[in-house]
Amino acid sequence: MSTLLEVSGVSVSFDGFKAINNLTFQIGEAEMRAVIGPNGAGKTTFMDIVTGKTRPDEGRVLWGEKSQSLLSMSESQIAQAGVGRKFQRPTVFEDQTVAENLMLALKKKRSPFAVLNFRASRADRERVEELAGEIGLVAALGRKAGELSHGQKQWLEIGMLLAQGPRLLLVDEPAAGMTPAERELTTEILVEAAKTRAVVVVEHDMEFVRRLDCKVTVLHEGSVLAEGSIDHVTSNEAVIEVYLGR
Amino acid sequence: MTNVALDTAPARQPTFLLISNPSVLIFLACLAIFTLGVTVLAEGFGIGVISTSFVKTLGKTLCLCLVALAMDLVWGYCGILSLGHMAFFGIGGYAIGMWLMYARTEIIVVQSLSAAPLPPTTQEISDGIAAQIFGVVGASEFPPIWAVAHSLPLQLAAVVLVPGLLALVFGWLAFRSRVTGVYLSILTQAMTLALSLYLFQNDSGLRGNNGLSGLQNLPGLGDVPQSTVSIWFFWASALALGLGYLLCVWVVSGKFGSVIRAIRDDESRVRFLGYPVEAYKLFIFTITAVIAGIAGALYYPQAGIINPAEIAPIASIYLAVWVAIGGRGRLYGAVIGAAFVSLLSTYFTGGQAPDINLGFYTIQWVNWWTVLLGLSFVVVTLFAPKGLGGLFDFIASKRSPSRHGADLGPDAGALREKEAET
Amino acid sequence: MSVLRQFCAALVSVLLIAFAAPLAAQNADAPIQRLLQEHGEIIAKSSRRTIGPAIDALADSGLLEAQAVLERWQAKEMWFDKEAGLFVYAEEIDRHTIRAFDFADGTELGEFEDKGFKQLKPNSGIRGLIGAALVRFQLNDPNPSARAAALIAIERDADESHLAALRAVKETEDNPRLRERIDRLERILTIRFAEDDAERIAAIESFNGDLGVDVRAVLNPLVVTSLDAAKTLPNDPDVVGQVEYGTERLSAEDAYELLVTKELAVPRITRGDQKAALIANIDVDAVAGIEVASLNTVTARDMAYAALAREGAVEPAATAAEVAHAFDVYVFFERYRNASPAVAIAAQAVLTGIENKVALNQTIDLGLDALSLASIYFLAAIGLAITFGVMGVINMAHGEFIMMGAYTGYVVQLFIPDYTLSIMVAIPLAFAVTFGAGVAMERLVIRWLYHRPLETLLATFGISIALQQLAKNIFGTQARPLTAPGWLDGSLVFNDIVSISYIRIAIFVLALLFLALFLIVMNRTRLGLEVRAVTQNPRMAASMGINPDRINMLTFGFGSGIAGIAGVAIGLYAKVTSEMGSDYIVQSFMTVVVGGVGNIWGTLLGATMVGTMQKGIEWLNPSNTLAAQTYMILFIILFIQFRPKGIIALKGRAAEA
Repeated sequence: MSTLLEVSGVSVSFDGFKAINNLTFQIGEAEMRAVIGPNGAGKTTFMDIVTGKTRPDEGRVLWGEKSQSLLSMSESQIAQAGVGRKFQRPTVFEDQTVAENLMLALKKKRSPFAVLNFRASRADRERVEELAGEIGLVAALGRKAGELSHGQKQWLEIGMLLAQGPRLLLVDEPAAGMTPAERELTTEILVEAAKTRAVVVVEHDMEFVRRLDCKVTVLHEGSVLAEGSIDHVTSNEAVIEVYLGR
Repeated sequence: MTNVALDTAPARQPTFLLISNPSVLIFLACLAIFTLGVTVLAEGFGIGVISTSFVKTLGKTLCLCLVALAMDLVWGYCGILSLGHMAFFGIGGYAIGMWLMYARTEIIVVQSLSAAPLPPTTQEISDGIAAQIFGVVGASEFPPIWAVAHSLPLQLAAVVLVPGLLALVFGWLAFRSRVTGVYLSILTQAMTLALSLYLFQNDSGLRGNNGLSGLQNLPGLGDVPQSTVSIWFFWASALALGLGYLLCVWVVSGKFGSVIRAIRDDESRVRFLGYPVEAYKLFIFTITAVIAGIAGALYYPQAGIINPAEIAPIASIYLAVWVAIGGRGRLYGAVIGAAFVSLLSTYFTGGQAPDINLGFYTIQWVNWWTVLLGLSFVVVTLFAPKGLGGLFDFIASKRSPSRHGADLGPDAGALREKEAET
Repeated sequence: MSVLRQFCAALVSVLLIAFAAPLAAQNADAPIQRLLQEHGEIIAKSSRRTIGPAIDALADSGLLEAQAVLERWQAKEMWFDKEAGLFVYAEEIDRHTIRAFDFADGTELGEFEDKGFKQLKPNSGIRGLIGAALVRFQLNDPNPSARAAALIAIERDADESHLAALRAVKETEDNPRLRERIDRLERILTIRFAEDDAERIAAIESFNGDLGVDVRAVLNPLVVTSLDAAKTLPNDPDVVGQVEYGTERLSAEDAYELLVTKELAVPRITRGDQKAALIANIDVDAVAGIEVASLNTVTARDMAYAALAREGAVEPAATAAEVAHAFDVYVFFERYRNASPAVAIAAQAVLTGIENKVALNQTIDLGLDALSLASIYFLAAIGLAITFGVMGVINMAHGEFIMMGAYTGYVVQLFIPDYTLSIMVAIPLAFAVTFGAGVAMERLVIRWLYHRPLETLLATFGISIALQQLAKNIFGTQARPLTAPGWLDGSLVFNDIVSISYIRIAIFVLALLFLALFLIVMNRTRLGLEVRAVTQNPRMAASMGINPDRINMLTFGFGSGIAGIAGVAIGLYAKVTSEMGSDYIVQSFMTVVVGGVGNIWGTLLGATMVGTMQKGIEWLNPSNTLAAQTYMILFIILFIQFRPKGIIALKGRAAEA
């Protein structure tokens, strides 16, 4: 399996506090990975670095077959290169309809002049409907995103990420605040997505992670503490100490 | 949002702008009827019920509506509270004013020199014009910025290019370093202040605080009465407003509008969708600056005089006030707000409004209107964030969706962005 | 000549003595009276041009009474007895009667009708000369304060004779301070009046590095140069150096003009003169055969003029080639004009040294100015550092709170005339008023707009507009005075260049006090702790029993109250107008933003930077404070490009909290 994203020796500190400390991480094409860790382990900062929001003090972040460095690219360039990100809290454009939200995310040219001349083709509309089907929001296409329930917003956001057609999906606590039924659907969507692309899920909830049934990376104090199957890491002494010892 | 092509169903076929936006047709029809009505009632070509000065006031109001439209585009749709658009407006006015003043003075100077025993040289004519124009600031030579003042096409180009370039450079600097929200507002205000302070100097090359005057007289058309000229400018202003409205509708409808509203609501999310947010903001900032410049170029020949006080930051704040009172995020709201508040201001500060005698104190509107305006602004912000335009929604019983998230002003995106990251 | 004068004097004396009847008692032979008689004619004539010898004679006579005579004369108390032909001094008893005294011994001669007497009324010019002569006597006055007064008189209006007088008393003066002054003055007068170059140079060099204005005033005229032109640079000692034409020192026009005045070149004709000459020579519709209508270019006019010159109708003017040739041939240079080369060179050397020292001191003075401007900005911004920096609430009416504080001070002064007391009352009252206004604004407006910064900005703009107009309606548009107590008048003077007014020092001290107050309140009090808790995490703070609403209200009130006190301070320094707030608001925000939001040290640095920069730019272009402000704002805009979070930027999660 070829490597899609390779993070090596990355460190970043805020005012002396080392949020990420010599972190090394790899993920291949079409792989699902769960990242767990206690508060302050650097999970969100890790995502910030990959998506270009935070510049690390040292280290390399390489992307794709050509091993392009992501560090010299802006957020929007990284996103266009194929990294999609979902935030902890659902962030959809509440003032716009579900269809508009999806259309916005659809993989198309992003420059202002191209967008100014953009007219949605039949294929575009069909793709939007198809995506809406995947996230269970066909009936809500014409509704404003602000009217949706919390869970629906989460799905819409995942739908938007899928619309972007990313090769790597970074998902931050997708199951937070969801009902068990909603979690089920979320798991399904993510597992389905991971068949064709790499998916990194950051999650607190061990049950949710177990259901994803994938390789798990445990972060602690900014570096990798353990890596392996869920059973492997939950039996690891160090992990138990970090998680349960507090 | 009423004017969005996508808001019904994705299955609908692409349609023409006007048909998909019936409100545009209504607006253009209202504007046409208004223009026709004023033409018929005015002195220039009609029955003369409306005085020429009132025609000018109406024409100026149309220009203010146009700049308010630009403000709504940049603020209401894209979330950039610019306190610099009246500066672009003023720059447009200065650009056209330079030609008007130059050409008119040239005619006067040539005429006065034609009586001289020797025909004047070009240098003598140029010196004569310079002495006429810059005598008040104790200078007698043309500053470099007047290099193309003799040419109408070049000055017309300056009306568009100077505000556009200034906005491009300023915007590029500001957006590049991710200055957003109130910081950007203060920065634009500082830019406006710097510009007006600069123009206040006598050696700024634009006559210091005297500004440019006599702009109502069109060079070479001295025989045409002001009543006719005023109607010409009224027509031009109405045409510019109509075209500006169409342009703005075209920009905000469709996917582009969707993107800029998304930027307004959550800039960083749009960035993670892969859109170059800075380019979009720069595009909007620049195009609205150009619109503002054109509006200014139409406004000041009707006002007759422009001076640096017109560019002071307070003018841009009033522009924001108009748009807020009219209703942000809807184009007709900006037009209504600008027309309503500026006409009311003219009425109250023009000394026409009757004073109110309270017995112990007489309220003179000239003094108290500004207080009232300031307070009403607070009230609108607090209680009617949708402004006058919100009334239309109310009448049309179009309830806006109840929002599950936190209170969402156009600026709340930044907040949610922070929340999203913690 | 002198024989003739003696003869005349003798003749006059004889005549005078012959008719001396009523004042027989007066001693006409006293030396002083004889001296006066000797110069009687010119004294009586009383003309500034001729009076010199008489005054000199009196001053140089060595007679003790001479001083009294000069003083009486200067005070218009000297009378001439027409019958006796003698000079007396007298006081007027009434309009027609005088009481006369003898100059020689001061004895009273009796009362007389003034008909027989002529009062000598020296004009101001003569009185000045008398005064100069008197100075020499005063330098020897036993009373030190009289001697000091004499020195002041010399400093003000010195003449050549004073040099000798000063040298005479230089060694004998026993008061060390006076002696020092005499010594300095003597050296200055040596530079001005001494004949001997060596002596002058020694005096000049003795002032090396002296910052006194008097030294520069006496040295500067010595190094004045005049322009000259020649074919080659002469090797004369008084030649300072070559000057290029077409520079700021010597424009090409002036250079050519110089050549013309020195008759080294043919005058050019100005366009105006050329035009006049052409007009004067219009013959029907042509000039020298060239049609008038075609004379609308410079070349056509030159041709017509040249044609006229050929006809002999006008003087030929220098052609462009001639002008160029003249510039090729001649060099321009400067010569010392007012002093011999050696003296001028010495003076230049000392002046250069002094100027360097002056520049250094001016830099220090500029630094003090910048510091005091920085304190003003800091005062204006510290309230914002609390409301904007700590709470994140943007208050565009902050400037109007400053204005309210200043007007509070003004109103207090209307009721309390004692300035010291009124300021003492005004400061707490201004705090109270603006604290109240801030609390009211927070409760009524800002509370409803938390987390909507742009809307807060707009609403507070509305308040700002309303408050400004309200102040205009109440107090009018003209500036109101806010007078500082007397003990704040004047300046702390370090030397002739470096000084700082007490009021600026007071503002600086006040700024430091505010900084201390801020630090104590935020770091050492319960309120500060709660404020920090609420700003960092309002929900957590609320769950721990802190009422965030109350804290926000108090914090906002505190910030506004400080703005009020700042208003009093700024009002003392500038004028109180309804627009004073808006004059400071943009700079205040800039100060906070440049410094780094949420950090008081950043605000301090920001204020220092903004103040220093503004003064620095003003120094580069002193005529134009508007331009200085323009460039400063542009600089800040650029600065924010490179440090968007200010000088002291918070990083990481803290920045986003």
